[in-house]
This record gives sequence, structure tokens and C-alpha cells, in this order.
Amino acid sequence: MKRSDFDPNSIEILNKQLKKTTLLILVVFGVLILRLWFLQIVNGSTYRTKSESNRINLRAIPPFRGMIFDRNGEMLVGNRPSYDLYVIPEGVQHQKRLSGSLKRLIGLEPQVIEQKLDGASRRYPFRPICLKRDISRNELAVIETHRFNLPGIMIKIKPQRHYIQSNLAAHLLGYLGEIDEDQLKSGRYPGSKPGDLIGKTGVELKWQPFLNGMRGGEQVEVDAAGRKIRSISLKPSVSGGNIYLTIDKDLQTLAERCLKDKKGAIVALNPNNGEILAMASSPCFDPNLFIEGIDRTTWGRIVSSKDFPLQNRALSGQYPPGSIFKIVIALAGLEEGIIDPEEELFCNGTYTLGEHTYRCWQKYGHGMVNLRRALVESCDVYFYKMGERLGVDKIARYARRLGLGKVTGFPVGHEKEGLIPTSKWKLKRFGVPWQLGETISMSIGQSFVLVTPIQMASMMATVFNGGFIFKPQIIKRAGKGGGDKGYNFKPKMIGNAGFKKENLDFIKSALVGVVNDTRGTGWRAKLKNIKVAGKTGTAQVITLEKEKEKDFNADEIPSRFRDHAWFVAVAPAEKPRIALAIIIEHGGHGGKVAAPIAKRMIMSYLEKSLEVFACRP
Amino acid sequence: MFDRRLIQNFDWILLLLLLVLAAISILNLYSATYAIRDVGGSQVFVKQIYWFLIGFAAFFLMTTYNYSVLERFAYPIYFISIALLVLVLLVGKVASGSQRWLDLGLISFQPSEMAKISILIVLAKFFSKKGGYREYRLRDLWQPFLLIMIPFVLILKEPDLGTALLLVVISFSVILFVKVHWKSLVILVASALSVAPFIWLELKDYQRLRILSFLRPDMDPLGSGYHINQSKIAIGSGLFWGKGYLKGTQTRLHFLPEQHTDFAFSVLGEEWGFIGSVLLLLLYLFLILWGLNIAKNSKDKFGSILAICIVASTFWEVVVNVGMVTGLLPVVGIPLILFSYGGSALISTMAALGLLMNISMRRFMFQ
Repeated sequence: MKRSDFDPNSIEILNKQLKKTTLLILVVFGVLILRLWFLQIVNGSTYRTKSESNRINLRAIPPFRGMIFDRNGEMLVGNRPSYDLYVIPEGVQHQKRLSGSLKRLIGLEPQVIEQKLDGASRRYPFRPICLKRDISRNELAVIETHRFNLPGIMIKIKPQRHYIQSNLAAHLLGYLGEIDEDQLKSGRYPGSKPGDLIGKTGVELKWQPFLNGMRGGEQVEVDAAGRKIRSISLKPSVSGGNIYLTIDKDLQTLAERCLKDKKGAIVALNPNNGEILAMASSPCFDPNLFIEGIDRTTWGRIVSSKDFPLQNRALSGQYPPGSIFKIVIALAGLEEGIIDPEEELFCNGTYTLGEHTYRCWQKYGHGMVNLRRALVESCDVYFYKMGERLGVDKIARYARRLGLGKVTGFPVGHEKEGLIPTSKWKLKRFGVPWQLGETISMSIGQSFVLVTPIQMASMMATVFNGGFIFKPQIIKRAGKGGGDKGYNFKPKMIGNAGFKKENLDFIKSALVGVVNDTRGTGWRAKLKNIKVAGKTGTAQVITLEKEKEKDFNADEIPSRFRDHAWFVAVAPAEKPRIALAIIIEHGGHGGKVAAPIAKRMIMSYLEKSLEVFACRP
Repeated sequence: MFDRRLIQNFDWILLLLLLVLAAISILNLYSATYAIRDVGGSQVFVKQIYWFLIGFAAFFLMTTYNYSVLERFAYPIYFISIALLVLVLLVGKVASGSQRWLDLGLISFQPSEMAKISILIVLAKFFSKKGGYREYRLRDLWQPFLLIMIPFVLILKEPDLGTALLLVVISFSVILFVKVHWKSLVILVASALSVAPFIWLELKDYQRLRILSFLRPDMDPLGSGYHINQSKIAIGSGLFWGKGYLKGTQTRLHFLPEQHTDFAFSVLGEEWGFIGSVLLLLLYLFLILWGLNIAKNSKDKFGSILAICIVASTFWEVVVNVGMVTGLLPVVGIPLILFSYGGSALISTMAALGLLMNISMRRFMFQ
């Protein structure tokens, strides 16, 4: 017997227990193997994906946004380096000392650092956290010189949109803002991510994809601490293209200076092709404010301002044209043969129709006036009569032929149509038939008539270029890289008003008279060497009824009841190079307020004279 | 004293198993520390080779005498190890919040490892003392209960929850093996359960967190749950064939925590896939079943029970670690025996397995 101290009974029990134990062990190992099966075979691919996303980090390479220049290649919008202050949590040796130093050096509050470091992910101690964006040059210098004393601190440089002249042409250029959820979902911004800056208005919006370029990306292998180990694949970003606008920076600057502290708009364009040379709207805003996310109070102030600084008055400001509309009446009358230029009518200062008496701005009347004198001296009574002869619908037809009552097709911003009333329109709109009295006030650009400054400038261009209507353009050239390659924009003619040359010539000559004749209302726009043509307008803000009671001395009326001052001009009249429309809200008389601005603009553009920059207040 | 039969009866299979496991372990450790070889990682791998050499020395040392000597000196050995446990609480080295190591100048070792073996010996002595197997009742068990409780409390004090609980589990499974009357068993389980809340209160915050994060690993994916999740990702992403030797991204990029100690198995799972993990498990299974076979063939009762004790210890350490890294059990910080890096644990394991070899070699000898 080999097992000395085992009795047979106990050997039996031992073997029984061993069998049970073996079974138990097999079951437990079976469970472990099943578990491995579950992890590695059943859910294996899920875990494989997880391990891949663990190690592979996709880092975006933002593209360089294209720059915007004026027609002469002067930069309007560029990108400047923004120096951002970062901290790497792992590098911080002594948090208290670091926040103390930063407080002392650049006045950064210690709570900010504390908050950011506490909020940082424990998992990525090597991932930099931004402490302050866009630090100033002085702050940068201080940080750089004390760098050895600031472990964990680093500076990152990134391009920041820079509107060089802050608010120059702000309405045209637009501004950048963070892409919002609706825009992300819309699919119109492929490759965009939350937090991206996109054009929100103006050229920045209209040409967003072109300016933006294409985002690049880099697949980076990272370790558990978020440190970059190596680059797996790299797709470089594609820089956005540059855009050359049609505007002339000097002229634009002058236009904005002339509108300073006023409300109003100026549009200057090339009458031969529709290129916008300047487009200013006042009050304005600084697009730089929007880039890093505007704070609530500033935004609130801008949006709720009664002066609507975000509105581009040149496109969406709708005003009664006042006497400028007389050009339409005159052209319509000539084309219809209703007006004989030689015919003289008598103006005694009033025109009575039924119970109403309509006044001429010249209280004592102009006496005997023909068409030319009526335009030059802006006789209201003459046009009351002519308007009455034509009737509302004929006036409307010619107004529309000149491009009024519809958008000009300017590609940027929200253009308004204005309003050219017809008898049908009135009936439909108000359910009341058109009144003859309304035709009378329409003849001098009041009543329901509304126009925008760009329509006025375009109309002047049409009169002076032989009747062609061009689509106003803002882009002169757009190109990638150096700018030599790329596309040039061609003028786009959208119509020919089809007026007789002799009629247009007559109007042109009369408009030259407005500025150059002794009694012309636009004499303040007269230039020595250049033949300027123009037309003044004074758009009444309050109704004619009320006007009767008001005093005629415009300077004594509170400004909000004062008339809008209009002036439209073309120069040189023989060979037009610039067409202008200027409106100063509540400015008073067009000839007095707006015409001098036209003079300075024309002088600046055509003579490139420096003295005009000394803009009189 | 030396007997030729000892050579004849030498258990080559046991030795071969250990050599294979040692080779796999070193290979795996090389990969686990491959990414940190610049910062002392290569030392880890070389050191483990030395530890294995010392381990095999301990293994052979344990075969040189007749194991029945241990039956005689069971209690002295036990008290020495208790004394060392007390000593470690007084003068032990404090590392990461716990006092587990005795610094002996050249090397440091964990008295809890020695305590484990000594408990196995006294338990084997106790359960083989009385003639014949019979069902133990509760009143018979106060002595082993006390023998377990003293080191348990001392180890818990260090604190080393994992080792302490493992001790209880191993002892309990031995008691189960020797057959306990079912009534006593019910009372035992009930009292263990009633003690559990008090143990919960005694636990340190990080220990509670580990258990909580085991129950709900998604609760804090970057905190305690992070280890479990990353380990599961490592093993799972190995798929069937694995990512290949030295190609485990979880390991190489440090997503896997403690990849050369507690989570060494995850490295294998990632790089060798299902096939490699199962093969390793089968090796352990074979080792355990071979141990049972040794228990069965032992010439005396003490040898049988001692072999069972060693098998139970091996079994539980493997199951707890593999269960832990695969997310079946909470993270308790038990390394995988013969596989994870660590000298003290390896030496005590090799010593215990040396005892097993001792029993195996003397299976045909009579006193």
C-alpha cells in the first residue's frame, strides 16, 4: 500500500472532491475564454475602432483666407498675426508663482488661469490651453523677455482677419463671424466645423468659398497624454483667392469722411460699365469688432441703435427722390412728345388743383420758364403741369425704363427695390383709385415714390452713357496666388433704355446748366476745369399738407423734420467717367449740403488733387 | 539523504510548463516596456530575467528537502511571517500610500507573500492532522479561522486589499475542498456577508472608487474607469490574430496603465489576439490541473492538502487578474503570477511551485 496514512474511505472522498474541483476550474476557465471571445471576436472591431481613435488625432490645418484689395491693388482686408497666450498644464511647475508673474507682467487675473487649468482635461496634460487671445505687441515683448521665468507658457501665432482701415467700406466688405448651427446644417459650407469663422455679410459672405480656400488636415498619432508622436498623413490647406474690388480706396475714404457725423449715403460708379467706385453709408461700424466674437453689449448697441449702422443705406435706404425725379418727368415728356422744350409756362409760385394749392419752392415764382430753365432752377410748378399731362402710369413706365422701382442687381448686401407707384398698384394696395393730386406730388418726386441711392447713381449713368443700363459691379478681378492669373469681370449690360439721342442730349445739357448756369441750383458743385452735370433734390420728410404750415427757413426746423438733401452728378459731362448719388438725411437743401460733397468727390477722382482731402466740416 | 529516485521522479512537465511561461512572460515584458526603454524600460525587462533566475533558484531550493519537514515547523514559520507583517507596519517602506515592503538593503520584499505560503502550510497541517476525511463543523474551524484572520487584518492594515482578500478566498476554497458541513457553510457565508459592510467602511476612498468604477466603468471614463476601459480596448482590439508583436498601439502609446505589471495580460491580448490569450490561459489551466494531479498522487494527506492549497492560490491569482483586466472583476491590483513584472511575487510563487515539485518528486517515497 503506497499511501500510508490514507484510509480507503478518505481516498474516495479526495478523488470525488478532485473531480468536482476539476470541473469547477474548467467552468471558470471556460468563462474567462468566453469573455475573451466576447471582447476580441464579438466586439473586437468596436474595440479596434476605439483603439484607432485613441491613437489617431485629426488636426485641422486652417486655410489662409484670401485678401481683398481696391481697384488699384491697395489692400483693404488682410490677415495679421494674432499672438495667443497658451499654457501647457504639464509644463507648469508652480501654479501660484506662474499666475503671480502673469498678473504682474500683463495684468492677467489669477482666477482666469486657475479656472482654465482646473477646467482642463486631466487626460491631456500636454494639450495647450488658451489663456488670452490676441495679446498686444507690448504684452508679447514682456512675455518673450520673461519666458525663462514662465515654465509652461507658450505663444501661438495664427492669422487673424484684419480690416486695415477699420471701418472703411465696412458695409461692402462685411465681417466674419462664427458659423452658426443653421449654416452648418445647410450644407452650403462644406468642410466647415463649429467655431469656424465665415463671412456673415458683404463681400466676405458673397465670396465666402472663394476667399476661404480649403481646409487641410493632418492625421497625427498621439500618445495617451496627447503628445504628437508622428504624422500619419497630411493634406495641406489650399489658400483662398484674392479679390480686387472696383472701388477706389481714396475716393471711398473721401466719401466716408464727407459723411462723417452725418447720416446718409454716397454711391459713385463708372457710368460706362457699372463699376462701383465708392459706396459709403453712414453711420458705420468696425468689422474688426466681430471677428473674435462681439460681446453682447456692443452687439446690442449696434443692433438697437436708431441710426441702424449695419444697414447699407446706399442699397437699402429708400428715400423720396425729390426734384431729381424731374429728370424722369422731363425725359418721359420729351419721349412722349408731350413737352416741347421751347414751350414756356408761367410759374407764380403756386399751382392750384381743385381745393389744393401746390407750392413751388421759389415762393415768388420763376416767371416764364421753359424745360431747360425748369430743370436748371428746379421749378416745381412747371413739373406739376407736365406731370399732370403725362399721368401716373406713363411716368411710372419711364421711371421703370430708367431702372427705378426694381433692384439694380448689385451682388452684395440686401438691395431694396424702392417704389414707383401706378394707378393699378394704388387700387390694389389701398383699394382706393389714384388721385390726380398724387400725380402732382409724384412729379416732383414725392407722394409714394421711393428710390435708393444706387438707383439714382445708375439712372444718372444711363442718362449720360446713351441709355444703357449696367449691372453695378463690385468685383474687378479675382485670382488665386499672385493675382495675375484669375478672372477679370466684364461689364454686364442689362438693358438699353432706348431713349432718343436728342432727348438725352437735351437733358444732359440742362443738367450741365444746373451746375454751371448762373441760377442753377447745383452751382456749389461747379469746377473750373471739369464740366460737371448734376441735379439737386430736396426730399420732404413730412407730408405736403404739413409743409404748408411750416416755415421755409430750413435751418430752424428741428433736424428730424428737415428734408433729405440729394445731389446726383456726372463728370465730365462730355465724356463721363464718374456718376454720383449723394444723400444726406435731414440735411436740408440738396444744393447746399450735398452738392459741395459731389464737387470734392469729382475733383478727387478726376484730378487726384490732394487739397480736397482737407474736408470742410 | 539524496535519492536517485528523486531524479527518476523529477516532474519534467511542471518544469517545462514554468520555463514556457517564463519565456512568454519575458517576451511580453520586452514589448510592454518597449516604448519606455529610454526611461528605464529596458531595465524592467532585464531585471525580470534576473528575477526568474532567482525564482528558479528558489524553486529548486524548495525541492531539496522533504516537504514533511514543513509539517513539523509549520507554526514557527507562521509566527515568523506574522512577526514580519507586524514589522512591515512599523518600519516598512511607504510607496504610493501603502506600507508593504521591507527594505533589506539589497532587495526589498513583501512579507505578505511569505505570509501567504505560511498560511497555506498551517492550513495543510491543520486539515491533515486528524485521521480521515470527515465533514468539518463550525466549532472545528475556529483555529484555521483565527490563523487566517491575524494575517488578513495585518495585510489589510498595510493596506493591501487585493492580497488580503485573495488570502481569504484561497483559504476559503481550501476549507470548501476539505468538506464542511452544509449548515456550517451557510453560517460561514452569512457571517462573511454580514462583515462585508464593515469592510466597506474600513476601505480607503480609492479602494471604494475602484469597486464602484468596476460596477459602472462609464461613470468616470477618465478616472478609475479609465484603466478598465483602456484594458478592454487593448484586449478587444487584438481581434483573433492580434496586432503583432511590438505593434500594440494601446501599449506603445501609454493608453494602457501599468502595462508591465497588473495589465501585462492586456499587452498580450492586444498583440497576440484571441489565439495568444487563449493559449496562455490554457497553459495556466494545464498548470493548475497538473497541480491537482500532484495532489491526487501525493503519498500523504499533508502533501495532498498542501498541493491543493498551492493550486488554489495559483488558480485564484490567475482568475482574479485575468478577470480584472477583461473587466469581469474590479481592479484590485493583483499581478498575473509568472507573467507580470515583480520580483517579490515571482519568488514567492516560484517557491510555492517548488513545494509542489517537492510533493510531486516524493510521491512514491515512504517515510
